[in-house]
Amino acid sequence: MEKHVVVIYPHPDDESFGAAGTISKFREQGVPVTYLCGTLGEMGRNMGSPPFANRETLPEIRKQELEAACQVLDMDLKLLGLRDKTIEYEDRKEIAVKLKAILEDIEPSLVITHYPGHAVHPDHNALGAAAVLAVEMMAADKRPVLWTQAITNTFVQDLGEPDVVQDITAYFDRKIEAIFCHRSQAGGMISKWTENETDEEAAKALMRERFGTERFFTWTADRAAAVE
Amino acid sequence: MKPIEISTVQEKLDSFLHQEVYIHLETTNGAYASHLNEKAYNVGAYARNIKVQFSQAKIVGDKQVHRVGLKLDMGWIYAEGLTHWEMLEDGKLLMAGHDREGRLMVALQISETPFNY
Repeated sequence: MEKHVVVIYPHPDDESFGAAGTISKFREQGVPVTYLCGTLGEMGRNMGSPPFANRETLPEIRKQELEAACQVLDMDLKLLGLRDKTIEYEDRKEIAVKLKAILEDIEPSLVITHYPGHAVHPDHNALGAAAVLAVEMMAADKRPVLWTQAITNTFVQDLGEPDVVQDITAYFDRKIEAIFCHRSQAGGMISKWTENETDEEAAKALMRERFGTERFFTWTADRAAAVE
Repeated sequence: MKPIEISTVQEKLDSFLHQEVYIHLETTNGAYASHLNEKAYNVGAYARNIKVQFSQAKIVGDKQVHRVGLKLDMGWIYAEGLTHWEMLEDGKLLMAGHDREGRLMVALQISETPFNY
């Protein structure tokens, strides 16, 4: 059994879309989970559907949505205070050092983050790279296992099949509940993923197909060598 | 935010003339544009808390969308595709353009005090 799991993603909602089922599974086993959230998604273009946020009110709204989602998923939250869409322009090592200090404090047995270079959004790639570096910088006897998540359309061709496949069917409803906490963001994305299906059950079936498993690549020296 | 009403917004713009103000200017089609449609390009530009002074400001309507141009001592700032506006309590003028799904495509904001950063 894991001792403590730390999830490192840049945006409020990445945790719900990407790993809510896995997080729920660990929580059910009694494993503590902490989310290190990089930014408040300050630059998101979804303002609610219909819009109820604006560029200046969005950060506080997304912070509250994130807190609600963390409550649903029953995990601790720590904000890293970076700014949306700017992580790749920061000094990677500086972020890694900061992450390393937090990880040394929490002493997790497992860290989950994005697969650098295969995670579509520049913030995903940049924070994933910093998280990988942070873990690599840790003393070998303290180093947690690292699971990385790829989300490009071609990641299976590019990287092969993920070795960690979490069947989250049992936690699907909680995942949907967590996603819907992100009210300013969820509407726009869900309509895309449900292909504008208006029947609720049919829409849910499409989402179940898309979100029924959560998949990760265990980080290895070979994978590290393939990333610059 | 409210749909733009030209005369009201023009009045607000004029209230910022000839003084140091902070500008927020951005345009984006989202970080997932080419992920969702391989023929699309990811395009965006972003500037926050740029200090300027402008001597003229004009809002021009063009069907449902609007353009706003600010004339600086040595240059210009403009934004196209604006649909909505709002005046925050602390005197920040927000103008934004939203698409059919309510997503922000462009924003131009003006304030006497800095925007949060």
